[in-house]
Amino acid sequence: MVEWSENERSIISNIFSNLDYNDVGPKALVRCLVVYPWTQRYFSSFGNLYNAEAISTNPKVAAHGIKVLHGLDRALKNLDNIKATYAELSVLHSEKLHVDPDNFKLLSDCLTIVIAGKLGSAFTPEVQATFQKFLAVVVSALGKQYH
Amino acid sequence: MLSNKEKDLIKEIWERLTPVAAEIGADALLRMFASYPGTKTYFSHLDISPNSSHLLSHGKKIVLAIAEGAQDISQLTVTLAPLQTLHAYQLRVDPRNFKLLSHSMLVSLACYLGDEFTPVAHAAMDKYLSAFAAVLAEKYR
Repeated sequence: MVEWSENERSIISNIFSNLDYNDVGPKALVRCLVVYPWTQRYFSSFGNLYNAEAISTNPKVAAHGIKVLHGLDRALKNLDNIKATYAELSVLHSEKLHVDPDNFKLLSDCLTIVIAGKLGSAFTPEVQATFQKFLAVVVSALGKQYH
Repeated sequence: MLSNKEKDLIKEIWERLTPVAAEIGADALLRMFASYPGTKTYFSHLDISPNSSHLLSHGKKIVLAIAEGAQDISQLTVTLAPLQTLHAYQLRVDPRNFKLLSHSMLVSLACYLGDEFTPVAHAAMDKYLSAFAAVLAEKYR
């Protein structure tokens, strides 16, 4: 089981309590689709993804980004049992969505960069390390039910 | 593959960062050490605490090398030849670590440049740093 210090819990909780989901969610997904274009393979129903401009103004991408970001709320509320919390979502991503679990890391890296851009120097090395630990645990849990 | 537009963008960004090379480099290193403690094993002979002169001078060296490569990306193999030899025969840093420093560098850039570090700039930079790392590892075996 993953251990979280009081300091780590507080760092994670602070990041989320000051988060504008409607801004960060879309930005993270847009960034993922632009920086790692092969991830677009999962979004053929989203319409125009031809270039960065189109992706960043695509309403379906924005809506989906918000949805995915809110998916992290579950981990936030269940820090001590992230693995079980994401079992169902893991099955969904494997059996129904057929998403290569390597993609979870790509999106989580983009999310880290978006938040770094927003927080600037407040996103210290310590805050970054804690946030990345959190995301790594979620990513691992999402990949657990693949077989 | 890097388009000409991307090469220009990368060159322009690193030119701007050259005056703060030590600051950016040290920041990236600190981020890497905090997130990936295994990377510290390569620096046991240096003082890598925040603001140490070792950290700043080492960070500066790294950023200036990256900036120099950005001046003419098509010549990376030529520009990096001495560093290739250094890393392959002397330093022998496991190339997996290049990815870790690259990621840390991208975060440093995001913090420093804010909104200016657009998705397009990020994509170009990620590609450049990957190419840089690949060239650096060319003489390993």
